[in-house]
Amino acid sequence: MRGGEALLKSLENQGVDVVFGYPGGQLLPLYDMIYDSDLKHILVRHEQCAAHAADGYARASGKVGVCIATSGPGATNLVTGIATAYMDSSPIVAIAGQVPTGLIGNDAFQEVDTIGMTMPITKHNFQPITSKEIPEMVKSAFYIAGTGRPGPVVLDLPKDVQEQELDFENDVKITLPGYKPTRKGHPLQIKRAASLIGSAKKPVILAGGGVIISNSSEELLKLSELVGAPVTTSLLGKGSFPEDHDLSLGMLGMHGRLPANFAVDKCDCLIAVGCRFSDRTTGKISEFAKNAKIVHIDIDPAEIGKNVDVDIPIVGDAKIILSNLIRAISQNKMSSKSMEWVNRVKNFKQTCIPKMSFDNMPLKPQQVIKEISEAVDDDTIMTTDVGQNQMWMAHYFTSRKPKTFLSSGGLGTMGFGFPAAIGAKVAMPESDVVAVCGDGGFLMVSQELATVKEYDIPVVICVLDNRYLGMVAQWQNLFYEKRLSHTHLGESPDFVKLAEAFGVAANRVERPGELREVLSSAINSGEPTLIDITIDPDEILPMVPPGCGLTEIVGEYKTESNNSEDVPYRETAKERAGD
Amino acid sequence: MDDQRTHIISALVLHKPGVLQRVAGLFTRRGFNIESITVGTSEQEDIARMTIIAKGDGKVLEQITKQLNKIIDVIKVRDLEPENTVKRELCLIKVHSPTEKVRAEVVQYVNIFRGRVIDVSPETLTIEMTGASDKIDALIDLVKGFGIKEIARTGPTAMSRGIKTI
Ligand SMILES: Cc1ncc(C[n+]2csc(CCOP(=O)(O)OP(=O)(O)O)c2C)c(N)n1
Ligand SMILES: [Mg+2]
Repeated sequence: MRGGEALLKSLENQGVDVVFGYPGGQLLPLYDMIYDSDLKHILVRHEQCAAHAADGYARASGKVGVCIATSGPGATNLVTGIATAYMDSSPIVAIAGQVPTGLIGNDAFQEVDTIGMTMPITKHNFQPITSKEIPEMVKSAFYIAGTGRPGPVVLDLPKDVQEQELDFENDVKITLPGYKPTRKGHPLQIKRAASLIGSAKKPVILAGGGVIISNSSEELLKLSELVGAPVTTSLLGKGSFPEDHDLSLGMLGMHGRLPANFAVDKCDCLIAVGCRFSDRTTGKISEFAKNAKIVHIDIDPAEIGKNVDVDIPIVGDAKIILSNLIRAISQNKMSSKSMEWVNRVKNFKQTCIPKMSFDNMPLKPQQVIKEISEAVDDDTIMTTDVGQNQMWMAHYFTSRKPKTFLSSGGLGTMGFGFPAAIGAKVAMPESDVVAVCGDGGFLMVSQELATVKEYDIPVVICVLDNRYLGMVAQWQNLFYEKRLSHTHLGESPDFVKLAEAFGVAANRVERPGELREVLSSAINSGEPTLIDITIDPDEILPMVPPGCGLTEIVGEYKTESNNSEDVPYRETAKERAGD
Repeated sequence: MDDQRTHIISALVLHKPGVLQRVAGLFTRRGFNIESITVGTSEQEDIARMTIIAKGDGKVLEQITKQLNKIIDVIKVRDLEPENTVKRELCLIKVHSPTEKVRAEVVQYVNIFRGRVIDVSPETLTIEMTGASDKIDALIDLVKGFGIKEIARTGPTAMSRGIKTI
């Protein structure tokens, strides 16, 4: 057996059913072997999208996603997608071609130092110099990518190694003496946390992406109800807790929901689970949860104390720790579940239910999200791009289930939404998949319309068409004296015609009430469809300016109970929060 | 915040290509200051020992150790307690010594510091000295007046006193 065949066999042994890839010179041997294999290969139209698709596949299914690109420019094109997966702890294995071993280091044609280049954006990377290393390396790569705190692993595969003969062994042993992720939390720390939480009067839970990765939504819900702790989430934590639940506060942070930002400010005990306290989530650190003792549960010890000083760290798998914590708290029987706090939060929530219905034209984004919500079901996988579209979705869309809200959080990569949706649909063919994108971000990856057409991957793309790099324009409007430097996108392209050029069905929506129907029938059509939605470029989502505390919000949230346009938000909200 | 202190970090790493780059890259990327780093074989085959001297407060050091531990090829990391650690550095100094008189003087200093002269030429003496870094600094200071042509220092390597291993 040759190296490339060993790779394919090893992928098969790992249960890989599909790869997203793009061939090239240094991958000719491998692609020749793929030609004879049963591996399903999806030819994307840009390698960045192979990585994002593998990432979307991983986020939607919890399985490791795989992408392949050639050496040099193929590998550099993968980099954005690998970094995106790294920042959001998404397990992918990225396979890159490399020049033959004899030429490495000579600046050979299409040579780039893939190992050096990807070191800071991968959990680990490997370069086999002989083909007999391949089986062990592939097995290690999947093990590393998928366990502990997940993340991308790169396999850099020289051309000659792909062709070199080896004796293939099915059950290779892997030895990784430096890799032993902690799963069980320290019992003493769990005990301490249990008594702290049990005696808290105003507890709040902050759930991050780690809750979703560790499949601990059920435990999260139990804990929240047991101790009467309202739950807020980070962007990546969206879906870890049903957002229509009484105790849900919605997303926290720079573009967070009012009840979330205020509850974290007021709470006396913050239980953070599987989150890394990103600056977009915490706002000014010295102001963050300043009245609270903080319990931090995370599988990555390096996240403890990195951004926020915590009182009780617990390192390990959230699922195991949460269930132990629940047991310990129930045994203590000292839970002083405070209905007063729960009621206060509920009442505050009632006063700031976001206003979603607008019959304006051009369409208000709130109205758009409302109609999207009405057209999809709980199991629909939503992906977002980056920018205002993402924050509108994060703020207004009600997620109910884990692994149904996929968004590039840490890296904030424009162009993520559409290819991630492709990966998600391939992973979960039974689920509907809708990508909500900005016009700027979608154009960065629009060539993938060819991919969805050729492979008949029925995702629906909603382009929130404001003709602006909206989020950047928002910052320019708020902080740079409305000097809109290079953020207007002009009239081109016509997204409907663009989609049609690829043979993809397309619609334009301009009026309130249209989108729900159009989106429903697009989903039901079973065909890839683009919906170009003309929206109001001037609608601004209130935000916490960088460097400010979570309650220092600029702009006014339009709520059901407060429609007035000109009441400065800060005073009213603080009053309502009972300050 | 506690004060800035110099830390001696001892790490066992897989003896594989790229491992030094992984460690050094981590320091640059995360803005940690390295004073020196030494790598060599250890008592175990396939495993190398790194000694890293780095400055920072307790919080920075905690991050350094944790981030190092996250590198798959790093097996073990320990911040050695200075008072329970033996730490040695090797230094080679090439001193300008064109006359008998100068050479005699240099040799005298070298003897006081328990160094050795390991190479002689009509123009130069090359000294080898192993010891604590501050002792090496002191010797360098003393012979500086004669004119130093070259210095090569390894940076300290270290291990715990007594029976303790990392
Ligand atoms: C690849 C990349 N380039 C630049 C940015 C900076 N950026 C963040 S949001 C944004 C505007 C996005 O515009 P659009 O896709 O139209 O979305 P909108 O904000 O209008 O909804 C830009 C340029 C980014 N996040 N990613
Ligand atoms: Mg836009």
